[in-house]
Amino acid sequence: MYDKGKVITGLAIFFLVFTFPFWSNIGKTAPMPERSLDTPVLQEMAREAGLDLEQALKEGAINCVEDKDYIVSQHMHLLNLWRDSVVRSGNRMYAGAFGKRHEMSLSKSCMNCHSNKKDFCDRCHNYMNVNPYCWDCHLTPEQMGTASDAEVKQ
Amino acid sequence: MSATRREFLKIAGIAAAAGAAATPAFASFIPGNILWPRGESKRDEAYTAKRWAMVIDLAKLDQKVVETVREACHAAHNVPDFLKVAGMGAGEAKRSEIKWIWPAKYESAFPNDMNEHMSANVTQRPVLVMCNHCDNPSCVRVCPTKATFQRADGLVLMDYHRCIGCRFCMAACPYGSRSFNWYDPRDAKDPKTLVGGRAVDPGFPTRTKGVVEKCNFCAERLARGEAPACVAACKNNEMVFGDLSDPESPARRLLRERYSVRRKPEMGTGPQVYYVI
Ligand code: HEC
Ligand code: HEC
Ligand code: HEC
Repeated sequence: MYDKGKVITGLAIFFLVFTFPFWSNIGKTAPMPERSLDTPVLQEMAREAGLDLEQALKEGAINCVEDKDYIVSQHMHLLNLWRDSVVRSGNRMYAGAFGKRHEMSLSKSCMNCHSNKKDFCDRCHNYMNVNPYCWDCHLTPEQMGTASDAEVKQ
Repeated sequence: MSATRREFLKIAGIAAAAGAAATPAFASFIPGNILWPRGESKRDEAYTAKRWAMVIDLAKLDQKVVETVREACHAAHNVPDFLKVAGMGAGEAKRSEIKWIWPAKYESAFPNDMNEHMSANVTQRPVLVMCNHCDNPSCVRVCPTKATFQRADGLVLMDYHRCIGCRFCMAACPYGSRSFNWYDPRDAKDPKTLVGGRAVDPGFPTRTKGVVEKCNFCAERLARGEAPACVAACKNNEMVFGDLSDPESPARRLLRERYSVRRKPEMGTGPQVYYVI
């Protein structure tokens, strides 16, 4: 092979540059931001169970509408199901996994418990680079005057 | 091949254990969880009917009733008011206006029930017009995405999530019951206010630029056992709603007692808003 040295050096440089995104990011994954469950409604639910919020969550005394694994990975599907059920079938109530009936409503149900949209939904969505367009029409807790985010509360 | 009883039991046992262990992992791969849905239902207090209809008493309508009813409806559904926007030309405002229920002149509401010698008592009164929730809705036939559809109880509704803003339905509707959102209905500066100054009602979503909207017969209020906002705003039974399949419903009773007309029935759409004269 002619110019063996140059070719190999060139290949080595190419390889380094090509894989730059991989090795430059090793060990640098941004940590998932904390999502806050500290809202007045959830605090009240914990109080009713005779526990403080942290304990109540740990002991499963207060829950989401579905179990945690399902809601984290499938909440967008659940919302679509709610949407179709309400708008097209005229059903409004949902029997959740923990023996409770919930109104099937984004603003009146999800955002009632999770009234801290900025400290909860948005934190995860920003991290995941998801930007739901629902808020073009559906009202945020801020618009409804029920927001309980740390910075809004002050 | 022959297996001893002991070997068979061993294999069966291992298979059962593996199956049990794999179930949670397997379940999480089922898309949207096929074992769903578990129990969506109506509220216990919901109003239901075989065929909803509205009856409007023309003899009782005046400017004041019309204004009260329109305000009640538009406030409950977060309808913006472009006519109140400062700096928007009259033509532009009229074209952008969103209307769920509004007053019309007798001659435009009932063009074929008109003659020049009619009593001024009839022709000079305002007529409240709205979506007719037709039996044979032309808007539903032309909608390419099924965003507008007819429910089993007769109501013609909009699924705003599916509306692509093509406006075929507006062309198809003989009553002009549909409005297009040329602008965002929300006030850009104040998220708690709608264009035109009305405060946002937290009970209902707004719409957004690029979708068509119209009266929904207050499906959201019927679902919690409340009369439509327009009917609730009437102090003197100017508007009555009810189930046409029930001979004892207030709507059927009024239709039995008085002479009634409908808007443009010759179009074949089967309008279900009745006017008693
Ligand atoms: C009754 C109050 C309540 C309602 C209604 C509710 N949630 Fe929750 N949600 C909770 C609680 C409590 C948790 C914490 C569960 C846990 O940690 O086990 C939670 C957890 C979650 C999580 C997981 C958060 C994380 O970071 O791990 C998501 C996502 C979520 N909810 C979304 C929703 C959506 C979407 C809706 C509407 C469909 C909704 N929630 C309705 C109370 C509620
Ligand atoms: C633990 C992280 C997390 C939390 C907390 C969370 N989400 Fe999500 N959400 C996601 C992810 C990830 C997606 C995107 C999934 C995809 O694109 O397939 C998503 C998607 C969605 C979508 C669909 C978006 C689209 O464009 O289709 C909606 C709606 C939504 N989330 C609503 C909510 C609401 C409301 C809350 C707060 C009550 C919430 N989410 C809290 C992670 C989260
Ligand atoms: C163009 C406006 C618009 C957009 C965008 C929109 N919605 Fe809706 N949505 C509505 C309207 C109007 C209703 C009917 C409310 C009723 O009948 O009470 C509704 C109803 C719903 C309902 C059931 C009732 C309720 O109060 O929540 C759910 C759930 C829902 N939408 C979810 C979503 C989700 C999730 C998104 C985003 C992925 C979304 N919607 C985007 C307008 C919109």
